[in-house]
Amino acid sequence: MSQVGTKGNPLRVAIIGAGPTGFYTAEHLFKRKDLVVEIDMYDSLPTPFGLVRAGVAPDHQKIKSVTKVYTRIAQKPGFRFFGNVKFGKDISLEDLQDHYHQIVFCTGAQTDNYLNIPGADLEGHFPATEFVAWYNGHPDFRDLEFDLSQEKVAVIGVGNVAIDVARILCLSRDELEKTDIADYALEALSNSGVKEVYVIGRRGPVQAKFTTPEVKELGELEEADVFTLPEEMELDELSLKELESTADRGTARKVELLQSYAENEPTGKPKQLTLRFLVSPVEMYGDDQGHLTGMKLVKNKLYATDAGTLRPAPTDEFEEMEVGLVFRSIGYRGVPLPDIPFNKSWGVILNEEGRIIDPHTGEPVVGEYTAGWIKRGPSGVIGTNKPDALETVEKMMEDLKTGAYLQPSHPSAADALEMVKEHQPDFFSFQDWEKIDEIEIERGEAVNRPRVKLTTVKEMMEAVGKQTAEPVV
Amino acid sequence: MNVSRILAAKPKNLVTISPGQTIRDALSLLAQFDIGALVVTNEADELVGILSERDIVRRAVVEDDIMLLYVGDVMTKNVVVGVPQDELINVAHTMTERRFRHLPIVEGKHVLGIVSIGDVLKIQRDAYRGQIDTLETQIMADNH
Repeated sequence: MSQVGTKGNPLRVAIIGAGPTGFYTAEHLFKRKDLVVEIDMYDSLPTPFGLVRAGVAPDHQKIKSVTKVYTRIAQKPGFRFFGNVKFGKDISLEDLQDHYHQIVFCTGAQTDNYLNIPGADLEGHFPATEFVAWYNGHPDFRDLEFDLSQEKVAVIGVGNVAIDVARILCLSRDELEKTDIADYALEALSNSGVKEVYVIGRRGPVQAKFTTPEVKELGELEEADVFTLPEEMELDELSLKELESTADRGTARKVELLQSYAENEPTGKPKQLTLRFLVSPVEMYGDDQGHLTGMKLVKNKLYATDAGTLRPAPTDEFEEMEVGLVFRSIGYRGVPLPDIPFNKSWGVILNEEGRIIDPHTGEPVVGEYTAGWIKRGPSGVIGTNKPDALETVEKMMEDLKTGAYLQPSHPSAADALEMVKEHQPDFFSFQDWEKIDEIEIERGEAVNRPRVKLTTVKEMMEAVGKQTAEPVV
Repeated sequence: MNVSRILAAKPKNLVTISPGQTIRDALSLLAQFDIGALVVTNEADELVGILSERDIVRRAVVEDDIMLLYVGDVMTKNVVVGVPQDELINVAHTMTERRFRHLPIVEGKHVLGIVSIGDVLKIQRDAYRGQIDTLETQIMADNH
């Protein structure tokens, strides 16, 4: 039997998760000289690309162009995609151990951080990630309902996701039609009653995480005027110091832009978007039916930690905000996978430089690895996952050299295909995805949009000619 | 990006020493694990100090019998500590300005891990590489 990783005995790798990290992991593996590798990439959705498809804002088409890189990787010989196959439901860890030498989990962060304040369970308070998945046509979220008749909406958080949500709520029908937003969302948003949108940050403008291009976009909306409050734009001593010492030119530009919005006058546009700083929600109120009607906010001041980070501390000044729909955008959070060691407090798989660790022994679990947001935590841009995936692949290669890999009982590609067919006969190949891609773009061309997405698994199955089960009467 | 991102993927073997051990013991550990600093903890596993190569070097110059001294007498007691929510950019700045290379990350008095200036540089490098890659991809995107 020849060495694993050579032509006679290719290294068989399973990658769970077909988002950017999964593809970067595959790319690094294919790039290794003298390594013959076969990669099977699994995803619970029929479509690949993870948050690039379901998270990136529909009006940010340029960011989505990174999928061309992933498509090139997917077209390499030795690569297979198995979509609509869910780890933990359709395939188990044991199934993978029987068929692969190494398994890499790149499942990202599927849920969001909770806001632990009274009233947080009232109807009308949603994670921003669900709203984003809904308007991006994610099959698991397309049936959610949001009361867009509400005039006042708040978004808690000042990262790029929060800004995306605020912006999407303010886009005109014209602007929405230039995007690949799900068609039902286009209708719902074009007909919304939203008039005032508030974005709420607990720290000041210098610390806000959204980036300058996103802030600039807010000043260029057809149907919304953007404002900041002059008193919140006056920088405190600590923030001024931070701006001078640690912040870069980009941050200075961002702060200048935000400060300029304090001088804006209403120009008669139908919507108003206000960015608030140094306030945190401490309570949500509702009516007798359990619907959200407002929030209590506390004003914050900043203090410096030992290590120099500026953090918020509440003062004893409060304010009331009337609002009927709230999206919390305070960070993604990883979800534990069955049979995989998990660090609950940080929401990541227990790992060291990408090797999954057994919590009882402190030793690496043979053949199991992780990369991306489920390894390190959910932050950074798409490309940040590329060096992260490289670190994991380097550990995989070290372990390959020392013989620390799984001994699958059925290591052939044909066996793995049989295993998938047995557990999920309705799996989607990459060619199936390319067919769906073609159909979506065609539908888009008919209405002058970049694409019109298919948003249910049933539609996708029909589109690629798979039999759909008749509903049980 | 905050410090918990570094800790999430870092080897979890935090090397600690107690104040009653000797500098000889400390040097042994530094050499064995190829590290530059030791977290000093008491019986309740609480942080009481940090002992770095620099602390030992500074003392060795004035003490011939450095090997026999107790860790508790040589360590730095006023330790600058970080919390998981500390931001990388602020931590990097503080470590540079105040010239120290190891930052214990704590939750109350319990040490979760230690972040070195090398860790910070690596993750910043990866973050910048990632941003450049993302921006380059966008710039080179075909106009739709």
